[in-house]
Amino acid sequence: MKYIRNFCIIAHIDHGKSTLSDRMIQATNIISDRDFKNQILDTMDIERERGITIKSQAICLPYQAKDGIAYSLNLIDTPGHVDFTYEVSRALASCEGALLLIDASQGVEAQTLANLYLALEHNLEIIPVINKIDLPSADIEKVKSQIDEDLGLDADLAILASAKEGTGIEEVLEGVVNLLPPPTGNPDTPLKALIFDSHYDPYRGTIVYVRVVDGDIKPGDTIQFMSNHAVYKVEEVGVFRLNRIPQKKLSTGSVGYIIAGIKTVNDTRCGDTITLKDRRCKTPLPGFKESKPVVFSSIYPVASDGYEELALGLEKLKLNDASLIFEKDTSVALGFGFRCGFLGLLHLEVVQERLEREYDLSLIMTAPSVQYKLIMNDGSEMIIDNPALYPDPSKIECAMEPFIRASIIIPDRYMGAVMKLCLDRRGINKNYQYLTHNRLEMIFELPLAEVVYDFYDKLKSITQGYGSFDYDIADFRKTDLAKLDILINGDRVDALSQLVHKDRAVERARHACEKLREEIPRQMFKIAIQGAIGGNIISRKTVSALRKDVTAKCYGGEITRKRKLLEKQKKGKKRMKMVGQVMIPQSAFLAVLKTDTD
Amino acid sequence: MKDKMPVHRHHEATGVAGIYVHVPFCIRKCPYCDFYSITDRAITPVYVEAVRHEMTMTALPAFLFDTIYFGGGTPSLLNVSSIEAIIGTAHQQFHIIPQSEITLEVNPGTVSKRQFEAYQSIGINRISIGVQSFIDNHLKFLGRVHSSSDARLAVAQAREAGFDNMGIDLIYGIPGQTQSSWLSDLKQAVVFEPEHLSCYMLTYESGTPMNADRQSGVFKPLSDEKVKDLFETTLEFLNGKGYVQYEVSNFEKVNPDTQGSAPNERYRSKHNQKYWFCDPYFGFGPSAHSYMEPVRYWNVGNVYEYIDLIKAGKRPVREKENLTTEQLMIEAVYLGLRTTDGINIKRFDRKFHACFHHLFGKALSDLHDKGLLTASQDRCGLTQKGMLFLDAVTNMLVDCLN
Repeated sequence: MKYIRNFCIIAHIDHGKSTLSDRMIQATNIISDRDFKNQILDTMDIERERGITIKSQAICLPYQAKDGIAYSLNLIDTPGHVDFTYEVSRALASCEGALLLIDASQGVEAQTLANLYLALEHNLEIIPVINKIDLPSADIEKVKSQIDEDLGLDADLAILASAKEGTGIEEVLEGVVNLLPPPTGNPDTPLKALIFDSHYDPYRGTIVYVRVVDGDIKPGDTIQFMSNHAVYKVEEVGVFRLNRIPQKKLSTGSVGYIIAGIKTVNDTRCGDTITLKDRRCKTPLPGFKESKPVVFSSIYPVASDGYEELALGLEKLKLNDASLIFEKDTSVALGFGFRCGFLGLLHLEVVQERLEREYDLSLIMTAPSVQYKLIMNDGSEMIIDNPALYPDPSKIECAMEPFIRASIIIPDRYMGAVMKLCLDRRGINKNYQYLTHNRLEMIFELPLAEVVYDFYDKLKSITQGYGSFDYDIADFRKTDLAKLDILINGDRVDALSQLVHKDRAVERARHACEKLREEIPRQMFKIAIQGAIGGNIISRKTVSALRKDVTAKCYGGEITRKRKLLEKQKKGKKRMKMVGQVMIPQSAFLAVLKTDTD
Repeated sequence: MKDKMPVHRHHEATGVAGIYVHVPFCIRKCPYCDFYSITDRAITPVYVEAVRHEMTMTALPAFLFDTIYFGGGTPSLLNVSSIEAIIGTAHQQFHIIPQSEITLEVNPGTVSKRQFEAYQSIGINRISIGVQSFIDNHLKFLGRVHSSSDARLAVAQAREAGFDNMGIDLIYGIPGQTQSSWLSDLKQAVVFEPEHLSCYMLTYESGTPMNADRQSGVFKPLSDEKVKDLFETTLEFLNGKGYVQYEVSNFEKVNPDTQGSAPNERYRSKHNQKYWFCDPYFGFGPSAHSYMEPVRYWNVGNVYEYIDLIKAGKRPVREKENLTTEQLMIEAVYLGLRTTDGINIKRFDRKFHACFHHLFGKALSDLHDKGLLTASQDRCGLTQKGMLFLDAVTNMLVDCLN
């Protein structure tokens, strides 16, 4: 146990986290240069393209230190988005230390700070690493003074590195060995292991990523998950070195994987504690939360015969993503689809993108919604997230919506802008406090519905990326809820309905009508697009009729070009939906969901 | 020699064929035109030899021809002797029946009375004059090299030279154009009593300087509503003057004695109808298209490349496509609907071993209800309103094909 170090790298986006991981992996020679590719820990296309990490990863680096001893360094790569805050916190809970990576020219940024606080909450030992010192714009002294003053860390400990050029990598590895504490834990008490992620392997079932806190685990053990009491027999344990390397056992303090014939990831919940069935530990590890979806949306395939494939795609994603939930849904306009729950909008986007990319599906999503609580006249309660199921308003006594308690950390110069944003979103400012002389934490209570839309993006943009944001669901509060319907030539398009706060209804209706007007191609007749609450029309736009649609000239025998256009248009129509006589392109459904950030 | 050539007509769908010669020279390029042409005329003699050579490389013993069409570009920039030589080669090489229609496109400002007389003498019996407008401002906008008086002169000279089958091309939908200015164009055209009129809507083809100007806001195109009104004005006015529409943009003069009874098809462009009826045609010269069901191919666009290939003894074909049944159907529908005769359903059914009414039934009744189309057992054609929505109607029919 003395020779194990468990650590993660925390950094603002683009400060070089992936490059530093890559270099450390290369420095320990566990992969040949031929097999190496950049951002090696980000295995999904979408992670590589967006430069974000969605799933956690762990890699065990064997390192011969200058003291002559061979150490096992477990590098745990964490996601970096507010949708996955809980997953990050579980990954941090598996570590004793963290490398805090700071760009030598950019200095300390919002996310750096937010991540640092998260790390400190978990009592992690921090080593500051100043990266990109090769850049001409690097200002090491300035960054050091920020480390001292803004972060309250000892700048003398900071390691200077250029991950790109490979300088300072050995110092970083030595730092991990010498400055970070080894894990603590009792090898003799019953097994207590923390699940910090899992993924699905088609041949082996669920691969569970664990940190062994107490005791040990080996093949043949019968284990039990403490949250749901599920029991499995361990088939294999091991560590990751880009591939899985089986081990005889995972001992106290180590990080690795367990294979136990687990068919789906549903049983393995991030943050859960694993123990032995016949020798249970007394208490589970603290901090376990069941991750609950907060945003709901229906997904429909554009092609009418795409339902089966969509079902298959969702099932497969679900194998790897316990937080994704879905059930069958139908729409008059769009046919069969699924009602899905997500952790947040990024999660929704990731799922949509993976379905489209990996299963070659074109999809239409409905407006994301949170779960509302309706108190009915007869005193009964109902939970609703789907506008299609919204009951007769005369039967509703009152509606409640979820509120969150949000913590926003910003440089104080953005205070006014953030205040305005939050108040515009029906927020209530509860408190604020200076963390350092110019950094401010603001606490707001906000309706979740206002946050799931585009709050995080807006916050990022008004604070030029410096704002960090974290939240907890607080409670349900009374609200003025209404169902906004969109009518196209008088026909209600169920897939475009949304649940909205009455104060926001006109704005939302106007936005939806305008987007539809832009996207619906002119047809031979006039198309009226209306936003309505009940029988009350609150917004209206018109797509005027086509006056003519004829190519006047077609001679010289050059007919191929025109035919190809017809063939293309025919193909394009497969991406359209008919509502009454009106053809609505997929892009129109998607445009309604977009906000006007451009 | 041609008398000995074996002549077969495949089957009914393959009618008598046409020859197209693309003449890619212009004095200057018009900003709206996307046909291939160049302003370097030094290579004209080499080009003429290349076209003749291309003809001699092409053996089409199975076809009868009844049209030759010189299009461009500006065919009237060729010497009369060059045109004569090309026609001569065509006669040597292909089975061209007597009294075939031989059309030459001419542009005002590039022709003289003597030239028209010479055209007569070498067997050209149909003249198509690219007047475009009789209003100088419009001609200027279109970037034409001629003036309105050049236009009037050319038309008058063609007549004087003895052409009794003469077409005038006009363009409408020009920015700033009004009902009355368009009517004035039409009136000036019919004064000459041309046998044929082509009235094209100005279209903004991608890649043309005019389209770029439109996109960058140099001018504001006429609204669809106004263009639609001009289209309707065209039909109304020309009908009153003894002209009958037989294709979206094309009108023939009818004999007042027969008007109203049997259609008088004497002055239709026999050649252009081949495109709309999917009859065979063979194109020579750069960028020229050829079609012989189910194959279409087209020549390289660049005249220099064209010449080099011919000199090297190679066929100058850029691309060739073999149309699938569905593609043949799409073209038959699209092109057939351009004509007032409409789609010949019996011919369609025989050609495709299919039932037109069965294939398109749903859309047909829908379009009929909307007043866009009429379909009997024999014919399926657009109404006047339908003509304005040709592309949309075609799309709806094409959607029925699977």
